Amino acid sequence: MDKVADLNNNSLSAQGDAGDRSVSEGPRGEKPKRVLTRRNIILYGTLIVVALYYLLPLYVMVVTSLKGMPEIRLGNIFSPPVEVTFAPWVKAWSEACTGLNCEGLSRGFWNSVRILVPSVVLSIAIASVNGYALANWRFKGAELFFTILIVGAFIPYQVMIYPIVIMLREIGLYGSLTGLVLVHTVFGMPILTLLFRNYFASVPEELFKAARVDGAGFWAIYFRIMLPMSLPIFVVAIILQVTGIWNDFLFGVIYTKPDLYPMTVQLNNIVNSTQGVKEYNVNMAATILTGLVPLCVYFVSGKLFVRGIAAGAVKG
Amino acid sequence: MTSVSVRDLTLRFGSLEVLSSLNLDINEGEFLVLLGPSGCGKSTLLNCVAGLLDISEGQVFISGKNVTWEEPKDRGIGMVFQSYALYPQMTVEKNLAFGLQIAKLPKDEIAARIKRAAEILQIEPLLKRKPAQLSGGQRQRVAIGRALVRDVDVFLFDEPLSNLDAKLRAELRVELKRLHQNLTNTMIYVTHDQIEALTLADRIAVMKGGIIQQLDTPLTIYNKPVNLFVAGFIGSPSMNFLKGQVELQDGTPSVRLGENLLVPLAGYDAQGTMSDGQKVIFGVRPEHLTLTRDQTSGPSLPAVVELEEPMGADSLVWLRLGDQSMSVRTESNSRFSPGEEVVVTFDLDHASVFDANTEERI
Amino acid sequence: MAVAKRPFRWHRNLSAKVAAIPMIATAGIVFVGGTAWTVLYSFTSSKLLPKEKFVGLAQYERLWSSNKWLISIENLAIYGALSLVFAMVVGFLLAALLDRKIRFEDTFRTIFLYPFALSFIVTGLAWQWILNPDFGVQNVVRSMGFENFNFDPLYNPDIVIYGVLIAGLWHETGLIMCLMLAGLRGIDEDIWKASRVDGIPVWKTYVFIVIPMMRGIFITALVLIASGIIKVYDLIVAQTGGGPGIASEVPAKYVYDAMFLSQNLGQGFAASTMMLLSVVIVVVPWAYLEFGGKSRRG
Repeated sequence: MDKVADLNNNSLSAQGDAGDRSVSEGPRGEKPKRVLTRRNIILYGTLIVVALYYLLPLYVMVVTSLKGMPEIRLGNIFSPPVEVTFAPWVKAWSEACTGLNCEGLSRGFWNSVRILVPSVVLSIAIASVNGYALANWRFKGAELFFTILIVGAFIPYQVMIYPIVIMLREIGLYGSLTGLVLVHTVFGMPILTLLFRNYFASVPEELFKAARVDGAGFWAIYFRIMLPMSLPIFVVAIILQVTGIWNDFLFGVIYTKPDLYPMTVQLNNIVNSTQGVKEYNVNMAATILTGLVPLCVYFVSGKLFVRGIAAGAVKG
Repeated sequence: MTSVSVRDLTLRFGSLEVLSSLNLDINEGEFLVLLGPSGCGKSTLLNCVAGLLDISEGQVFISGKNVTWEEPKDRGIGMVFQSYALYPQMTVEKNLAFGLQIAKLPKDEIAARIKRAAEILQIEPLLKRKPAQLSGGQRQRVAIGRALVRDVDVFLFDEPLSNLDAKLRAELRVELKRLHQNLTNTMIYVTHDQIEALTLADRIAVMKGGIIQQLDTPLTIYNKPVNLFVAGFIGSPSMNFLKGQVELQDGTPSVRLGENLLVPLAGYDAQGTMSDGQKVIFGVRPEHLTLTRDQTSGPSLPAVVELEEPMGADSLVWLRLGDQSMSVRTESNSRFSPGEEVVVTFDLDHASVFDANTEERI
Repeated sequence: MAVAKRPFRWHRNLSAKVAAIPMIATAGIVFVGGTAWTVLYSFTSSKLLPKEKFVGLAQYERLWSSNKWLISIENLAIYGALSLVFAMVVGFLLAALLDRKIRFEDTFRTIFLYPFALSFIVTGLAWQWILNPDFGVQNVVRSMGFENFNFDPLYNPDIVIYGVLIAGLWHETGLIMCLMLAGLRGIDEDIWKASRVDGIPVWKTYVFIVIPMMRGIFITALVLIASGIIKVYDLIVAQTGGGPGIASEVPAKYVYDAMFLSQNLGQGFAASTMMLLSVVIVVVPWAYLEFGGKSRRG
């Protein structure tokens, strides 16, 4: 079983290296070299063209959301807005319709928040304690279930969707936010447990032994020794979960009902609704609004995000 | 009085037997060193005594109490680790206080114990610092302090000096010895460093393959190793081993190391048990040999100098003796040149003879 | 001295066992139990509700004679093969470019990776807009004077899956690039020094030395993309809704539609079991190569 962990260790440590090599040893300072070599033109030229391609959709979304509908009908989607208007944003947030409901995306936003916060807290709390138990308090059968858990991460969700519907219905949580929180906790468990297990396993074993000689038990070691020294991994886990849960569509559409739909589901319903006249500027404003939370997480977290997805590499 | 006692201790990981029915009695106030190469089971044994590993069979007694299945905290032990294992987020003071707080000791008692330990170890100025702000030597002092505040009978050291550089290691070694003299606690000390073992120990247990090979005072282990392994492991530069065969002449044994190379064993302890033609390994340490240019009175053999390694205070001279080679420790000013013919004189009080098959001392 | 018997203590490590209950429940009940349940019920004639009327392989026969399923499989194959190739090649090339000790490396990496932070819904809707024939790329090119320019992948059943592929690659290439970059950074600097001393051209060093050394990363990336492809759902829903007609259907959507829209649970179970089977086909050889091989070597 440790082999699965190896894989993840590799990607994590390799990722760590990635950040560090920019400060490699050797002579520093200005090097006498020509800037406009052929190599540099090709290298930077390629990178800039590709970067423009990657930025294009974001740019198009932003400019579209700032134009009025007449301008969109006449103009070019790449041209900047002649007359900047924020009306589409206001409409997307508070007036856009899904079916008969016209409260705008704000409802989906708050639903997503109400799903996100408990899901992140619960999944990380459970997985971190579980990972700690697996790393430091091995007991019979633990490895077996951990193996099943990791292998289970590769099973397509579609196979488990319906049995979960039945389980949630049995305990009366089908269609509720609580039910969706449980689903997110369950499906976040493999990757988070792996993440925490590997992290706690990398804490020197002697530290754990010293705490046991000092008389600390399971919870005392967790709360007073392990937790304070593992803040970075908690941040990685939070990034992973916030983006993952916010971006979820499938579970939201299956396990909640229309007035509890998360933002992604509501966004799709607004944009792809077949009724009424298409308001592309409102659609794009709504799309950006939905993408804003993970984008902020991404830009603020920087390298930790990269570390998180490297850890998620085995998640698939 | 016995302080720590291990009875028939066996530890298996699956089918792998790491420790095989070990028996060990450690006296109160004794400084016992567990010495051996890595993988010999010495740290594992220490962890079993500490209760950090569940043993497969056997019993462990500490201060007369059977603690085989007690939690580490209830065994009356303090432990010091190679990596110091200080809690990184706590100050030195909190590191020392942690175990006492868990044991729910009153605040003034905790403060008093920390004060005393800090005085003994001279770490008072460091109490408010975090481990990351300390040097290696300071960290290890704090780690010792953490064992000290527990106010226990038995201290366990798991290679405590291995992470330090040579100079600091020597300093702390002396301090540890001083600490033991002042405190008179029982100490069990695991190391792979024979110098630490020889300098610190009252008794040394040399381990290999999960078995104690020899348990005795440092001098006995140095001078009368029970087998080839112990002889080779202890001493630096290491003992010379020369292959030979016993020849009995009028009931007195000699060892033939080659043509014209006969070492009489008159005066060796166990000469009576040797038989004619027995294949043996003759072991003698470089420092128990004398090198001269002329014939001497003791048992001696002719040899040819191969090369010389000057080591400051003395030199190691490598010799060719028939088809075997050996080294001799000489004074550094008695230069020998390669190819020179010399005479080696043996000090038989300090020689060892091992059976070539069993590798046991004869 | 008294002998202490090994105590029988089921409560030993009790806290650890309690802490592992959620994992045991998830692994045992949801993962194993749920999967077994679905596979079992794929042999029943369940319609609106699951029922234990076993009909053998009838659901699978129906599945494989369904046009929608066959198109789904075909789309998945095209999308999967192309996105594997392109994501790996482009991801590696970008990583190699970024590894040439360039300036603004962090900026470029941030740009290439940001789409991965966005959801498939956002990705699909953004590209739906750009590929809109009346306003998007096609319209812009036509207004530049090329009146006959045709580029409407989302409205042309023959090429709709390529339109989805553009969005999919935009979303995931950054991730592959990051993995590859990590792999490149994991390679010993001395390898590069040695190849420079030996006068080996850079591209040859990549092809013959570096890439073989990154075997593990390539396999991880492969498994990652492959298992992601099988789950493709949100992107289709947002970008095309499976259309035009059923031209861009995929298996994951087939499962959802069967279970929740057309009240045909048995079909959904059979289709999801087929998805599981395909994952097994991808993952088992990988696990064997990656882990089975290791124990033989070690």
